[in-house]
Amino acid sequence: MTHDSALERLRGGAEPRNHDARTIAALTANPGCARRGIMDAAGVDKDAVARRLGFPAPFGQSQFAITRGNAFEAQVKADGCAELLTLLRDRLGLDVPEVAYDDLEVVAGNESRELRHARTRRLLERALSSGEGTLFDHPLLRLDIAGQPAYLEPDVIAFQLGGRFHIIEIKSFAVIDGQAEPEQVAAAARQSAVYVLALRRLLEELGAPAERVSHEVFLVCPENFSNRPTATPLDVRPQLAVLGRQLARLTRVEQIVGGLPDDLTFELEAEELPDAVRTVEARYAPECMASCEMAFFCRDEARACGGTGVLGKAVRDDLGGVDSIGTALALADGSLDPSPDLAETAERLRTAARLRREALTA
Amino acid sequence: MIETTAGDPARTEVDTARTDLDAARADLDPSAAANQVVEDVLADLHGGHRGVVVDSPPGAGKSTLVVRAAAHLAAAGDRLMIVAQTNEQVDDLIERIAGKHPDVSLGRLSASTYVPSGRVTGHASVRVATKADDLADRTVVIATAAKWATLTEGSWPWAIVDEAYQMRSDMLLRIAGRFERALFVGDPGQLDPFSTVEVERWAGLSWDPMRSAVSVLLAHNPDLPVHRLPVSWRLPASAAPVVSDAFYPFTGFRSGTGPGDRRLEFGAGGMGTTYDRALDEAAASGWALYELPARHALRTDGEAIQATAALAVRLLQRGGVAHSELGTSPVGADRIAIGAAHRDQVTAIRAMLGQHGAGITVDTANRLQGREYDVTVVLHPLSGRRDATAFHLESGRLCVLTSRHRHACIVVARAGIPELLDAHPSTEPVHLGVPVKFPDGWEANQSVLAHLAAHRVRSHL
Amino acid sequence: MSVLSSLAQLEAVATGRAQPLATVRHCHVAAEPLVMVPLKLAGEAAAPLAVMLGTERAEPTLLVVPQPRNRDLRFAFAADLAKLVLEYVESSRGATEELPPGKDGEERVRYGGAPQLLVPNRAGVGFLRMLGRSTRFRRTDGPYAVDPAVPRLGRWLTWFADRHDKPGACLLMTMTETLRLHWATGQSSLEDGNLAALLGWIDPPDGLDGPAAAARAEDPVTCPPAGPATDPTFDNEVLAPAIAAYDQSGDDRAEERVRSVLDGQLRPTWELMWDAIGLLRALPEGASVAARWERDRDSFTWYHSTFDESHPQARRDPAVRAARRLHDLERAQDAYDAQRAFDDPLVMAEHRLAGQAFGGVVTESEPTRLDESGRRPKLRPHLRVATEDPLQLDVGTTVCDAARPALKGKIIEIDAAGGVLLELTGGMGRKLVPEPGVVPEPGRRVCFTSLGTGSWGAAKFPEREDTPWTHGGPPEEYVPTDEDAAEEWS
Repeated sequence: MTHDSALERLRGGAEPRNHDARTIAALTANPGCARRGIMDAAGVDKDAVARRLGFPAPFGQSQFAITRGNAFEAQVKADGCAELLTLLRDRLGLDVPEVAYDDLEVVAGNESRELRHARTRRLLERALSSGEGTLFDHPLLRLDIAGQPAYLEPDVIAFQLGGRFHIIEIKSFAVIDGQAEPEQVAAAARQSAVYVLALRRLLEELGAPAERVSHEVFLVCPENFSNRPTATPLDVRPQLAVLGRQLARLTRVEQIVGGLPDDLTFELEAEELPDAVRTVEARYAPECMASCEMAFFCRDEARACGGTGVLGKAVRDDLGGVDSIGTALALADGSLDPSPDLAETAERLRTAARLRREALTA
Repeated sequence: MIETTAGDPARTEVDTARTDLDAARADLDPSAAANQVVEDVLADLHGGHRGVVVDSPPGAGKSTLVVRAAAHLAAAGDRLMIVAQTNEQVDDLIERIAGKHPDVSLGRLSASTYVPSGRVTGHASVRVATKADDLADRTVVIATAAKWATLTEGSWPWAIVDEAYQMRSDMLLRIAGRFERALFVGDPGQLDPFSTVEVERWAGLSWDPMRSAVSVLLAHNPDLPVHRLPVSWRLPASAAPVVSDAFYPFTGFRSGTGPGDRRLEFGAGGMGTTYDRALDEAAASGWALYELPARHALRTDGEAIQATAALAVRLLQRGGVAHSELGTSPVGADRIAIGAAHRDQVTAIRAMLGQHGAGITVDTANRLQGREYDVTVVLHPLSGRRDATAFHLESGRLCVLTSRHRHACIVVARAGIPELLDAHPSTEPVHLGVPVKFPDGWEANQSVLAHLAAHRVRSHL
Repeated sequence: MSVLSSLAQLEAVATGRAQPLATVRHCHVAAEPLVMVPLKLAGEAAAPLAVMLGTERAEPTLLVVPQPRNRDLRFAFAADLAKLVLEYVESSRGATEELPPGKDGEERVRYGGAPQLLVPNRAGVGFLRMLGRSTRFRRTDGPYAVDPAVPRLGRWLTWFADRHDKPGACLLMTMTETLRLHWATGQSSLEDGNLAALLGWIDPPDGLDGPAAAARAEDPVTCPPAGPATDPTFDNEVLAPAIAAYDQSGDDRAEERVRSVLDGQLRPTWELMWDAIGLLRALPEGASVAARWERDRDSFTWYHSTFDESHPQARRDPAVRAARRLHDLERAQDAYDAQRAFDDPLVMAEHRLAGQAFGGVVTESEPTRLDESGRRPKLRPHLRVATEDPLQLDVGTTVCDAARPALKGKIIEIDAAGGVLLELTGGMGRKLVPEPGVVPEPGRRVCFTSLGTGSWGAAKFPEREDTPWTHGGPPEEYVPTDEDAAEEWS
């Protein structure tokens, strides 16, 4: 069976879930997890699978946050991005010439993604040769994920300045006195890196050097407690490096797929779905709960097996090589004779147990 | 660490200009190239700049530069203060300056608890005092940064700040009032300074007290000249490219000696053990990776500790002899160091060495900074780990550990580090306005491992 | 983290109950703490939605912004909150103690009490910090005038948030962090961030064990989040319609509806906070807690008594302030770590496991041994301690008695059988015979450690106007501007 058809079978005939910058960025969150790797490569709808398994992901969004985000973006982009241009000129001191603003969003109803992507290509090609055409809103980009093209519909703007393109990412979290929530900035940086990479690939296809897309993106956020936007440059080279690494790695999914049973499928209606999911090994860590739809299922599984990983990486690390809570406890109370490779861990645990006992009975 | 701040075109231009200059120097022989940089630095001391920065990769003659610059300024009639980070470094500099320039009057300012070492008391030109007033007549006064920070008055026309990348910027703040101009010298590739508290409130500020002194200095004075010593006199030809590519990706350096200039031999032949084979590989190529079977283990992994100690002892037993441009000398215990990431590992290795390894230096990366040996044995920070942390991935740690040697470096590690790196999640928080650091610890680790793979000796066949 | 606390977590999993990480309480719990449970509007930096607060479990006050996007309503909320917080701050002062004059003859006083704010989690501190930032620069006159209490509140909240950064300070504490200092659960630190789940492990409701209570706590319908972020489903299905109704009618009934749904979200956390306070109070207080609280009172005394002369805190620390603050934090961290170890054998056990302390039984004791090698004889008793601990201290290291840190000694010899020979050097009195009972006799259990009790001295820093060129030179003096006061709060 070919690789592609194997992945299709894993999806159970469902359409592959289209990746977006968020899901692509999430690929870097737990690259050691085979379960996640396979499901992402196959484009399985993890959210649906998790719900079907009885462990829905609690990634709801409040309508207040959505409203705020939309309103802020609309405001920044109003009147041909008038506020944005002022910001780039005044705040960052950029010498932005009089500009054209091209919105590449759907113009006439149900244009296909291929067509829209082609239109983005044409416009950028022209901009490359003329050096003109400054702001491109909603460019439709494409990135190959494990051999599948994923279309990215960013709410970002590609912006040409001095012959180089920059990605402008609009986010509604606040920058207060120059600082913002580091987790949110990190997420924005990862997503922007996806766009930088996709835009670079596009330029390369057009015969232009990738470096014409800058690794520096502009993050536009509300300033302090107002609706006034502020722009902050953000160097996404580290995120680009990680992303490049992980995308290259995804193609290695083939090896894992090769080792799976021939009839394995994650089809939602299949009765054996839980077993099918369990067939592919997960690498659960508590951090998964922040980024993976499958996390609660995997946590339940890890807890049922008594894995030390459910307590966190630091705990597992403290316990050296011991993966099982039961084993660790048996080593600590001396009821289990350690194998030679666990002798040190056992001694350490026994000492720890004795010291705890002494302190608690003193 | 090389830092670059987003939105700072000035720094990029400077870097580009420097790269052009470097290209021109690549044709020169190493001595001439290095000397030219030193001449440029000395010339810049008269250029009217408030500060001059010199980046010095491992073993590139930083101390020699400090001695020369001190003598140069003294000869010009300037009084100057020298700031070092530890008492050991202070004594080291005094010995060098007093030895080379006995005519320069030196003062060693120290805490009342300091007991002068023989290296200091042996020189007539040196006076030791606890108060700066007692050293007012001295041309050069040397002290640790911590001691300088206790002074609230007095001013010197010049300062030389040694190991400036290891000094935190809050320390610079406390001593900067004592000098008018300064030469900052240090190695940007080594470990960053750290704090015992975790606070984010200063992230993004150009004067963040947790950043290194040089990084804050340059953030406020972007026009200061920055020089780079281009040649490592310590690292052999087998190591300079590896360390340069992994840890100094934008600002490479080369070795002062060529491929055949250094040789490591053993008086006693090996007995074909895996230790012997690792030593032979290291002697032949400058590197060896002594690989233990993959297994997750405690930090004080007994097998790895034992192998690390045994390799050093075996090296001593086989009577290593080092031939180099400096002549031929035995590789005694004082010329061997063992490096590890954690203190408990160091303690365990020391205990394991026992009498057989008496005299061998065993220390953490932090404490090995700035030191030099003929052969080093390194317990890899990621050996036996299930997950990497930022601590273990910090590029400076591996850089220090793999750049202390003149002849060979033997790395001890359990198999499985590539898989560990592969599975490492990348979810570090990002602070606005904080410069991006290069190289990334992941990339640096990967780069070193890729090189070591060609020098692997497995402990179990 | 260490094997010791990891083992405690394993035991928690095995028993289904949290396990102790401390034998004493390492924080001060005020007789009348001000418990605050704040909520903010999703998607906004610091738009308050509601806060439940009070010093008595039975009498919480609920303040609500029925339309959080309305600026006037926000400031009305801030003014209401200010009155309550400022009143609490004033009432917590107690009687003023006169202290012996300082070195320069300066008069020194210390308030007998200090305020203590308790919030559920770190995000709660972050929210108070933001609320402080958004209110402290407000003007009380001119075009954007607010109630005079509002900027005062902002400055106090900023001060509380800054105090929270200081290791060992108890003026503003988070309940999850405080509980985690004393108990280990069978779940990860991430899951411990949920107050209800954490308390479920420590003190599960009747009929449930830790895991069951924690599982229940993860259902936002049964256990609404402890804030300041709200549950998105609650926002979408309950809160949004209630706010929309208020927008439409603006009447008291609609406002009451918003209040009532927010009360429902806050009440469970309010109860948990008081349960947690009860658990903490039940622990015996650590020996150093009172001294640290005294430092807190000093800090409060100073800020309170200079409040009227000082400006609102700057947006960001200038260079000298930043360096000073870092130094203070590092000193406090050092002292706090050592004090906890001396106060608590279970914390000291961490140092024993790490080899920096050792415990055992005295096997030999020469309490009157004299060192007569010098000009004058010196009292230098010898003590041999049998220990099984994995000692990592070298011969020559100075150690002190964990139970009585004044008693100091030096390691002379470590024998193969796990015996440590100590020569005692100080803390036995001034005579050539030790004070009675000071030198432990054979058979006594002892613990010695290389940890020091003395904190390092305060460092010297340049004055602000002497900020050196390496750090950008002297910063401009901060003077509040109209622009600050006019800053939007939308």
